[in-house]
Amino acid sequence: MLVWSSQGRAWARGILLLCFGLIYGMPLATIALASVAGEWDAVLPSKLTLIHYGHALSGEAAEQLRASVMTGAIASLVALIAGAWAALALRTMQVVPRHVLDMLFFVPNAVPSVSVGLGLLVAFSRPPVLLNGTTLIVVIAHLVLISAFTYGNVSAGLSRLPPDVEQVAESLGATPAYRLRRVTLPLLTPYLLAAFSLSFAMSMGELGATVMVYPPGWVTMPVGIFALTDRGAAFDGAALTMVLAAATLLVLLGLSRVPSSASSR
Amino acid sequence: MSATAAVARPTAPWRGGALWVLPPLLLLGVLFFYPLGLIAGQSLVGTDGAPSAANYAAVLTGPLFGNALWHTIEIAVGATAGCLVLGFVMASLLTFVPIVGGRLIARLIDTFIALPTFLVALAFTFIYGSAGLLNMALMGATGQTTPPIDFLYSVSGVILAEVTVYTPFIMRPLLAAFSMIETAQIEVASSLGAGAWRIIWQVIFPAALPALLAGGSLCLLLTVNEFGVVFFIGAKGVITLPLLIYGKAIEESDYTSACVIAVVNVALSLSLYALYRVLVSRLGGDRAGVV
Repeated sequence: MLVWSSQGRAWARGILLLCFGLIYGMPLATIALASVAGEWDAVLPSKLTLIHYGHALSGEAAEQLRASVMTGAIASLVALIAGAWAALALRTMQVVPRHVLDMLFFVPNAVPSVSVGLGLLVAFSRPPVLLNGTTLIVVIAHLVLISAFTYGNVSAGLSRLPPDVEQVAESLGATPAYRLRRVTLPLLTPYLLAAFSLSFAMSMGELGATVMVYPPGWVTMPVGIFALTDRGAAFDGAALTMVLAAATLLVLLGLSRVPSSASSR
Repeated sequence: MSATAAVARPTAPWRGGALWVLPPLLLLGVLFFYPLGLIAGQSLVGTDGAPSAANYAAVLTGPLFGNALWHTIEIAVGATAGCLVLGFVMASLLTFVPIVGGRLIARLIDTFIALPTFLVALAFTFIYGSAGLLNMALMGATGQTTPPIDFLYSVSGVILAEVTVYTPFIMRPLLAAFSMIETAQIEVASSLGAGAWRIIWQVIFPAALPALLAGGSLCLLLTVNEFGVVFFIGAKGVITLPLLIYGKAIEESDYTSACVIAVVNVALSLSLYALYRVLVSRLGGDRAGVV
């Protein structure tokens, strides 16, 4: 308790609510309002309509939703497998090579997304592998950008596992493969789910690398939203943003509710 | 402590041992390090195909690059400072002045991190943009024909949007650090006669310092590399390094110049990342809580 007088406390609460409302409430409310605005030429929209949601859920925009969800799901899944694999492999290594490799797996976190996109464009527009203009290059860009994040989440999870359980399994004669399948991975499940849902969210909102590499046939939602606002269809853009935010939050919420044997311990 | 560290690793490793790390390492090499290397290579290819540093001389002395570098640093430093102040104030209030729904607010801020950064920029164009609701209302009230509020399309508009986006990244480690402070410590200080400001300065601030440094350097890294916010606000005069790379590569198809700028941008952000890692390991911060 930092502020003792009730007047002071009321002030502090007022400031907090004002800050929070202004900084986080207002932007979200504005986008929500714009997504249903028919005409908006005063402080509040003069007509309300659902037509922008109609646009956001059909035609081009529906294709973009599909592209975003598929890119996010595939990239997150591959990143999860690669990240968990790397974290598990690094666990049994000596200290020095482990720290060096740990650093390497983290580096994509520190490189600007636009440069990741530029690198892929330069690397895969020339032989031996031509990927420029394909859907795959978008997935690869997302995979690279979220890989460090997934790796970090899984290795943080691994370091929090109770050490004795694996030891017990081993002393009872479990082979490494059996131990991994029946002990380590089930214990790790909550961290794997968290890593997957957060990297899916990152992928859904990714713009910098996508805008460098996307082909005309695979436009993700953020790119589509930019195109809409750029050509003046701002309310349609707002509706598509709401769909994007809702899809992201649904996956986050849904996966945080999946029961797992480890989390019920 | 060393005993637990020793048993934390399974003692019987897989057959093949360290070789197991090769598949993910190979993937990372082909998809990340090889393209990064090619960026560096392409930046050194001269017009006749021979290696030369002439590109660097041409691009780095140009007016566009200097401008973009200055804007990038200005925005990153300004936004980080704003995030630190706002994050500290909000996290302190949330922790030390109990409020109904405080937990919910903390949860919402956590969720906010998962949303795309351009969402804020888009909202700001609706609120403060030249055809936004504030300008519409003011023009309606005063009869002016030009929008009276135009800060959004300047450096300060971008900074304000980025402060909104990145303050949660400061608040999260701060809230974790604050939850470690004994409330008794504050009550004792208070009963010994320390006022609120003195408690903030002598008890709360020292406890918050590691989280502020770690969160601040992460914020600096993220704001240097921010693309969506600047792209969506679309201010003609505010070009940052990532935007300049996009413009050179996609709009002008000038890949060599784009690669030169990318090398500078990557070097800048890698050094900020190194700073972040050093601060986090020195201060014993929890990596998982901050990244």
